[in-house]
Amino acid sequence: MNYGIKAAVLGLVGIGAAFLVIPMVFGFQKPMIETVQHGPRGVAMGLVYNDGDLAKTAAANKVPTYLPKLPAVGPKASAVYKNVQVLGDLSVGQFTRLMASVTQWVAPQQGCNYCHNPANLAEDSKYTKVVARRMLQMTQNINQNWTQHVVATGVTCYTCHRGLNIPANVWTNATPAPGSDSGMGFAAMNFGIAHPTTVTQAAVASLPSDPFTPYLEGAQNIRVQSTVALPGTDRSSIQQTDWTYALMMHMSSSLGVNCTYCHNSRAFSDWSQSPPQRVTAWYGIRMVREMNNGYMDPLAPVFPDYRKGPMGDVAKVNCTTCHQGVYKPLYGVSMAKDFPELQTVSSSAHPYP
Amino acid sequence: MAMLSFEKKYRVRGGTLVGGDLFDFWVGPFYVGFFGVTTLFFTIIGVFMILYGASLGDTWNVWRINIAPPDLKYGLGLAPLKEGGIWQIVTICAVGAFVSWALRQAEICRKLGVGLHVPFAFSMAIFAYVSLVVIRPVLMGAWGHGFPYGILSHLDWVSNTGYQYLHFHYNPAHMLAITFFFTNCLALALHSALVLSTLNPGKGQVVKAPEHENTYFRDIIGYSIGTLGIHRLGLFLAMSAAFWSAICIIISGPFWSRGWPEWWGWWLNLPIWH
Repeated sequence: MNYGIKAAVLGLVGIGAAFLVIPMVFGFQKPMIETVQHGPRGVAMGLVYNDGDLAKTAAANKVPTYLPKLPAVGPKASAVYKNVQVLGDLSVGQFTRLMASVTQWVAPQQGCNYCHNPANLAEDSKYTKVVARRMLQMTQNINQNWTQHVVATGVTCYTCHRGLNIPANVWTNATPAPGSDSGMGFAAMNFGIAHPTTVTQAAVASLPSDPFTPYLEGAQNIRVQSTVALPGTDRSSIQQTDWTYALMMHMSSSLGVNCTYCHNSRAFSDWSQSPPQRVTAWYGIRMVREMNNGYMDPLAPVFPDYRKGPMGDVAKVNCTTCHQGVYKPLYGVSMAKDFPELQTVSSSAHPYP
Repeated sequence: MAMLSFEKKYRVRGGTLVGGDLFDFWVGPFYVGFFGVTTLFFTIIGVFMILYGASLGDTWNVWRINIAPPDLKYGLGLAPLKEGGIWQIVTICAVGAFVSWALRQAEICRKLGVGLHVPFAFSMAIFAYVSLVVIRPVLMGAWGHGFPYGILSHLDWVSNTGYQYLHFHYNPAHMLAITFFFTNCLALALHSALVLSTLNPGKGQVVKAPEHENTYFRDIIGYSIGTLGIHRLGLFLAMSAAFWSAICIIISGPFWSRGWPEWWGWWLNLPIWH
């Protein structure tokens, strides 16, 4: 071998060693993978999972054991307890079972007293009780009116809460980006170069960290792709494009899928080439908007300040709140089917507040 | 075809890798050799299979002809001919033809008593192709992960495969490969421009020599890599571009299944500041 080839080989090996050794300690995965075809053969539409990731996700999304269903016998809750505004039609047994279940799902450590004043359970003195009532109504609304998204599987408190007072994945409005004269620099901005987001925001890309305010609270169109090749017809800004990309990255990491789960990337915008999951997602976006605007935001006067974000708004919902890395929350197991009282909007429900 | 008087001197027998004297002859200007025959064999079968596949499709539009790999359900087994089997045969033929061509290059090098730089360089391109249709599919457990043979269809495949990892520009090996491709392009442009500039100094002026070329680069950046060095650099850049292209697709899936932006978490998670 002459000097040239030696130099070339040494160069390759050197770069390769630096490239492989450092991240191998921290980065790459073992080549044990599962793949799922998601389109015609040869178009590379499909899901790629690493076995190690799957085991972690499976462990994090187990369905808990819960109390068995009870028959609707005996007196109604509204006849026995005071101030039962939403669940009054349930029997006392069913009502008590749901209360015990909600405790297990939302406040397993604190117990009943997280929402109730033990001296007077009917009293609305704790903000958590007012929020919980509204959340029950929200759950019923989702299960009855958003079947295009949650189908027959439905949701319960556990879908989001998973034993936590506040679901692990919620968001609040980002502080507005400081102007160039603020002296705060790039680090204080919520978008831009070398500003990685978290996994649940935009999959650790350098994209806006709050793509939710415009699309999941506001109702801006998620539509930045030109429909014709020539310039001058598309007035979308770079920031709208970045927001869109960030929202899509968020949806991908929330569901544990990639872009091809809902799109054929040869024509992202074309519904006729998109898998049906894109329709489910379209309804999901509208559902989340309704949850944030119809349920979360109006609770702002109820929540104490320490529960609010830097802009004074309450914590809100995005795709990760329910999905938590799985394209069907809890792998599609329906807990809601065993809680028929959460399936339909209560006829006795008082309009809020 | 006429042969120049001195050409015969370079047409020596022997130096073959296999088969001794078998096919050790020329047809016109072309050296045949054992691997010339195997190249032709695989090429004819492969092209015939592509034409057969195209005839089964719904178009003869050359842009839209598509020979797709099998469904993932066939794993690493053989698929029925009309459901990806044609793709599998075409792939075997392509690898056979490309490797034969490289070995034919090697035989010619041996006949001439020159280094194996050309087949070595060409092997990088073969490695990139084999990575796409053999190494990565085997690591991922199905031939269906190979790319389809079609002008537009393979572009759709590239696009979707990129978006399977959310943002392919964050793939570290893809970054290296792109950098090498661009640098290779820059080096080739500078080199060819420099040579042409010294050989075309303007009407009435004397053609210049390598000292002028060296001086040009010493003047402008303080260093000239030299007449031989520029070719070493060129070979290194070109081979690196192909090599890292191959690596960037091999690691996408088998060694990293999530979005590429997330891979850079290893940097954020370094124990120094995590």
